[in-house]
Amino acid sequence: MQTVLPYIISGISVGGQYALIAIGYTMVYGILRLINFAHGDVFMVAGLIMVYLAASLPLYVAIPLVILLTVLLGFTIERVAYKPLRTAPRMSVMISAIGVSYLLQNLALYITGGLNKNYPQIPWISDRISILGMETTRVTVITPFLTILLVVLLVLLINHTKIGMAMRAVSLDFEVSQLMGVQINTVISVTFVIGTFLAAVGSILFFTNYPGVVPTSGAMPGLKAFVAAVFGGIGSIPGAVIGAFIIGIAESIIKGLDTILIVNGAITEQIGLATFSDAFTFVLLIIILVFKPTGLFGEKTADKV
Amino acid sequence: MTQKKSKKGAWIALIAVLAWLGLVFALDQLIKPTDKLGMLLIVLQKGSVYALAAVSMNLLNGYTGLFSLGHAGFMLLGAYTYAIFTIPDKNRDTVYQYFHAVVRFSIPEKLSQGMGGFGTALGVLIALLLAGLVAAVMAYLIGLPVLRLKSDYLAIATLGFAEIIRAVFQWSKLGPVTNGSNLLKNFARVSKFKLELGGTKLSLSTFVPVLIATVSITLIVLIVNSTYGRAFKAIRDDEVAAEAMGINLAKHKMLSFVTSSFFAGVAGATLAMVLSIAQANNFKSAMTYEILLMVVLGGIGSITGSVIGSMLFVAASEWWLRGLDSGSFLGIEAPGVFRNGFRLVVFSIIIMIVVLFFRKGIMGEKELPDLFRRKKKAAPAGKEAAE
Repeated sequence: MQTVLPYIISGISVGGQYALIAIGYTMVYGILRLINFAHGDVFMVAGLIMVYLAASLPLYVAIPLVILLTVLLGFTIERVAYKPLRTAPRMSVMISAIGVSYLLQNLALYITGGLNKNYPQIPWISDRISILGMETTRVTVITPFLTILLVVLLVLLINHTKIGMAMRAVSLDFEVSQLMGVQINTVISVTFVIGTFLAAVGSILFFTNYPGVVPTSGAMPGLKAFVAAVFGGIGSIPGAVIGAFIIGIAESIIKGLDTILIVNGAITEQIGLATFSDAFTFVLLIIILVFKPTGLFGEKTADKV
Repeated sequence: MTQKKSKKGAWIALIAVLAWLGLVFALDQLIKPTDKLGMLLIVLQKGSVYALAAVSMNLLNGYTGLFSLGHAGFMLLGAYTYAIFTIPDKNRDTVYQYFHAVVRFSIPEKLSQGMGGFGTALGVLIALLLAGLVAAVMAYLIGLPVLRLKSDYLAIATLGFAEIIRAVFQWSKLGPVTNGSNLLKNFARVSKFKLELGGTKLSLSTFVPVLIATVSITLIVLIVNSTYGRAFKAIRDDEVAAEAMGINLAKHKMLSFVTSSFFAGVAGATLAMVLSIAQANNFKSAMTYEILLMVVLGGIGSITGSVIGSMLFVAASEWWLRGLDSGSFLGIEAPGVFRNGFRLVVFSIIIMIVVLFFRKGIMGEKELPDLFRRKKKAAPAGKEAAE
């Protein structure tokens, strides 16, 4: 147990970061039926904005500004790249999302010159502390609590405010809610604003634990968060959060599986199982898609002829 | 359309294909890779590989309506299969620096011992087919569970499988076969392909990939125009209606998936041949996205569109827009702005404009011959009704 515990704790932390990204995917999918492939790259851009802003501004100005600019980016992407395609087939919108992702990555490549940009140290949260007899950073401990706090706030927003009611209506039936006088465009914009806000917070927590940001930093966390959303049942916020925690923990354990197995005496030498830490996420995805395509908490939708 | 007319069309197409191959062969001799026009050869080589990849993806995404994003994975399988079976014996141990290679023979080399140059060519062909077959078999296995899924779920599941394949190929325990995460090199590659004819050596480095792509694309065209192709289109347009008409959905979807992956495997092998390296890390989902964007650029559901799209894509990103990376473009000198990576930014903006405002791409659902036909006579009514 003593060997597994550190991996579980770091897994919970990574899971919390994935959860914050996954909510953006699941909310957008719930309303637009769109896999927002650019979401992972927005997360990466948030990391880069932080790198550049923190170089010249004090952190207490930089952090709110990062969140603000990221939200603005998410809002702009929706208005420019998805709104004109509202009546187009779903495949076109998905392709547009892939196009935005390509653009953001290339833009980041151009601006950074492809170099690794060191993420700024944020005092207090990147301090090393010791918990349950092991060394870790404070952000690892804070992340799950912050995630749960934000999710509770979000669920309250969705269940108890007017805009939340509109969101639920739109995700239930796009056309009918339009007929009932719901301002579709406002609802969609708010969805993107919330999604990117959480991704920006997630990016600050995520990159603090990593040495730096490169243009492709967002791709893998983005995909994993999406898998988490599918795993939990796309469209369901608690589902996405639980899915993200499961994936984060599984990934972290697999990263250390060699060491764990050696300590337990199951194997005698490193067998390189860590290579599969990313792939295992997709194995989980395929298992859930085959046995329960709607995910853990997804609703069943009937096919209309 | 009468039988006679389509026969005439087939002859015209055959002559056009032969003329195209002849032209490429001539270019291969006339242009040296070091020339200013040498970029043209590189564009033709890479462009034809991507054209094949794009057409095979189009068969699936455009003609059958199965939105799959696993293309890079199948190309990886093809590239590795080809590379593993064509590394000459004497290079084997330098390539597999850290492992003891399990596969210890090269098909082209073995065959050339008995049959000389012809044997080498045959060996390369066999390795190519093997590359396609491995990808096709894997596609069959993957298809069993995932083809039941619908649009987005299918896309994400195939994307996931491509990532799993990539991870498996990088696993150090498989090093004796795949060389782990190190690259494979020194296998049969285009720069080594020469034709000796009466003492003069003729270069085949551009001709071979173009030939492979042309033959494969012709085969795909034949499939699309067969009854299978019509069944695929019926599934794309309306699954429920197609099933009611007696089309076996599972069988046809699987057929399309396996065929598409076969050609993706061949494309991957050809890519390895052109780049003269194979490394799992190059076959990321970004590669699938690029191929998808080529298909979109050319027009989803048009084969000539995909070819034009990928040729333009490669030409623009490798050649025409180069100046954007190196300081001056169209006579504008701005080293501060036109630095490394600017080309790709401009390029992605162009693609976004196509995606947003010219959703049908260059060709829409039309083929090149349709454009000529239209001048004489209005397009056949069935074509319009199908949309």
